[in-house]
Amino acid sequence: MDKKLERILPRVQKPARYVGGEYNAVMKDKARVDTRVAFCFPDTYEIGMSNLGMRILYGVMNNMDGVWCERCFHPWGDMEAELRGASMPLYALESGDPIGEFDIIAFSVGYEMAFPALLNMLDLAGVPLRAEDRPGLAPLVIAGGTAMYNCEPIADFIDLALLGEGEEQLPELIGLFRQARREGWDKHRFLVAACRIGGVYVPSLYDVTYHDDGTVRAITPRDGAPARVRKRVVTDMDKAYYPAKTIVPSTEIVQDRITLELFRGCIRGCRFCQAGYVYRPVRSRSRELCAQYARESVEDSGYQEMTLSSLSTSDYRPLVELCDELEPFCERKHLNLSLPSLRADNFSMALMERLQKGRKTGLTFAPEAGTQRLRDAINKNLTEEDLLESCRRAFAGGYSAVKLYFMLGLPTETDEDVAGIADVAAHVMHVWRESAANKNRGVRITVSTSWFVPKPHTAFQWEPQIPIEEYERRVALLRERINTKTVTYNWHPSPTSFMEAVLSRGDRRLCAVLETAWRKGARLDAWEDYFSLPRWLEAFEECGLDPHFYANRRRGHEELLPWSHIDVGVSDAFLMREHDRCYEGVTTPDCRTVCSGCGANSFLGRPCDG
Amino acid sequence: MAKLRLLFVKEAQASYISHLDLMRTFQRVFPRGGLELKHSQGFHPHPLISIVLPLPVGQSSECELLDFEVEQDIDGTGVAEMLNTGLPAGLHARECCRAVRPARELAFLRARVELDYDAGVPSGAAERLRELFSRGEVLVEKRTKHKELAEINIAPLLRSAEWTEAERLVAADVTVAAQNPGLNPALLANAAAAYLPELAPDFARVRRLELYDAEGNVFR
Repeated sequence: MDKKLERILPRVQKPARYVGGEYNAVMKDKARVDTRVAFCFPDTYEIGMSNLGMRILYGVMNNMDGVWCERCFHPWGDMEAELRGASMPLYALESGDPIGEFDIIAFSVGYEMAFPALLNMLDLAGVPLRAEDRPGLAPLVIAGGTAMYNCEPIADFIDLALLGEGEEQLPELIGLFRQARREGWDKHRFLVAACRIGGVYVPSLYDVTYHDDGTVRAITPRDGAPARVRKRVVTDMDKAYYPAKTIVPSTEIVQDRITLELFRGCIRGCRFCQAGYVYRPVRSRSRELCAQYARESVEDSGYQEMTLSSLSTSDYRPLVELCDELEPFCERKHLNLSLPSLRADNFSMALMERLQKGRKTGLTFAPEAGTQRLRDAINKNLTEEDLLESCRRAFAGGYSAVKLYFMLGLPTETDEDVAGIADVAAHVMHVWRESAANKNRGVRITVSTSWFVPKPHTAFQWEPQIPIEEYERRVALLRERINTKTVTYNWHPSPTSFMEAVLSRGDRRLCAVLETAWRKGARLDAWEDYFSLPRWLEAFEECGLDPHFYANRRRGHEELLPWSHIDVGVSDAFLMREHDRCYEGVTTPDCRTVCSGCGANSFLGRPCDG
Repeated sequence: MAKLRLLFVKEAQASYISHLDLMRTFQRVFPRGGLELKHSQGFHPHPLISIVLPLPVGQSSECELLDFEVEQDIDGTGVAEMLNTGLPAGLHARECCRAVRPARELAFLRARVELDYDAGVPSGAAERLRELFSRGEVLVEKRTKHKELAEINIAPLLRSAEWTEAERLVAADVTVAAQNPGLNPALLANAAAAYLPELAPDFARVRRLELYDAEGNVFR
């Protein structure tokens, strides 16, 4: 063990996060690899290790001969101070080598608030922040993940972004990198060649100009870069790599269990949901393979908990058959199956009752909005009857806590919709009185509201976020309306959501703001421990930009959006139609009922899911 | 379905795995090796697994003991080999046998304490440390379970200490009380710093070497 590190570790919280050596961490002989990748997650170990995408790509890259992919996470504040104090550069967990010496530094960015952490990790690694200050081919700084569907706010810092699913494009990119190094290409030549790989976006090959009012005038490609960059997807989930043999951390992480991915995409089409649009088309893994991967992962990892994962697990067609098949195995292995993101309907409740063993704690539902009118407007296909029926079954079955998630500030929301949230909670309370198996235990109903953040590539990408004063007014209104003691109301005074709204639909000019905010101390800003709104506002002030321009402005359908050149497969016409239908109060049926022609099936050349 | 006892090494990266995390880790290691841990009866079954004398985070050890019960009817033969294929770096199973003696008979542990002096060992360090730890009273501040500071006399808990000097390092082979109450050998460094400020080390390292019963026989 490194002597400096040995001295630091006893002084920091949870040192096991910083040492590697976990079961199944991949070790390779440095002398026998030619390409070293530092796979960086701009958040803590506990968050990063819970990310399935990272586990998949770690496996994909380490399956390549001559490539060694290692992990690196953002240290918590105490560890950062120690590293800086000891002049120790950020290192990879497997070898302990400084990542600044690696060939490729690859970030997985799932969330806009992780942008400052990305900058800070580069700085901790001793790597110049700006791409233009890194003239050499290595280290090549690349980034993927959902937040890269609009990566303009970090466009100046990364060399390229990978859009979509990385299983195929990442090996292609690494192959090109090896060729470039072998043949002595300069960085520009490499980037020009890289932008021809499907799903690779090289921001420096696009000139962005602005109108006087601050909106984008034109996004012009150079050196043969494509006018639109189309994301990559894996077309056949049965051929997609699944990390059945994966790292088992020696310290507790957020999702400390096996994540079995059933399918990608979502048939539901909720208009606010970025994942619902950008993960299209729907592609399922066969039941046989899911069952096989489940067995392999359990045997290899020793985990006794597995989550059947997807954006909407009850929509996996052979879900019952899969559970039937896994049940005896689970029994034998004392394995708990959990089903996240279940819909509040009879089918899901029946399944859950069957799988739930032992302790019955709380159930969580996300009606998102308080009235049927608003749920229709956002295309959340959930009726209050379904919700109440699900709660009735839960209470009758012995559950005594229900959590209900809502958003405030959804487009078209009125005070009546806000008050409707309190009514839903009251109705749930009433259902408990009627159906509770054991009233002596009491009931806990928790209502949580968050502040809606409009995201790019959704039907609401043109919408303003409601201002903080209005958000707080609606919170106060709801608080007044909730007057039973059994209903707890949680809301966050979270200015983070405001900055998230700014960054998620930001343009390239925000690079300067981001760098300024980072210089003022922004880093793990997804954590309230570190986020400071005044720091961000100062940074905007110094850069002469107005955050409200990004967060609170209504855009017209004709406006050229900063991410207009990024193609996630869903057509602009479809998003505009969905946007209009919100105001008309018209729902769009789910993709299984009828194909609404979003365009995403063009990736497959056949109907998606069906 | 006898009670079994595993002797294992915990060092390098694994020194930083906390007690609770180590328990969690072992709960996964056993099924990896094809062994099924027995669970307690009752409404919230938990696996029957316990560590005889938990090691402070950051210290290493050649002699950790883990008691457990499995569903299979085995006497421990081959268990160490089975487990070694599924352990994280820094953990290594040495041997496994039936747990015959109750854990309370563990009385002493021997450890190597290393005090680092980056600027070179101050002259006469070993001699002065030898003198300090042969006193009848050596008081050290220690956090109690209730997070309060308490002063304890470590002298009665320290059975022997042999001090030697090396380059930029003073090492001690110490034998201390293991439990009820036990002495964390790292406190010797705190005592040195408190009584002999010029001998405050730049860093202190502890490695457990062996476990003994009250008669001085190796405890297994």
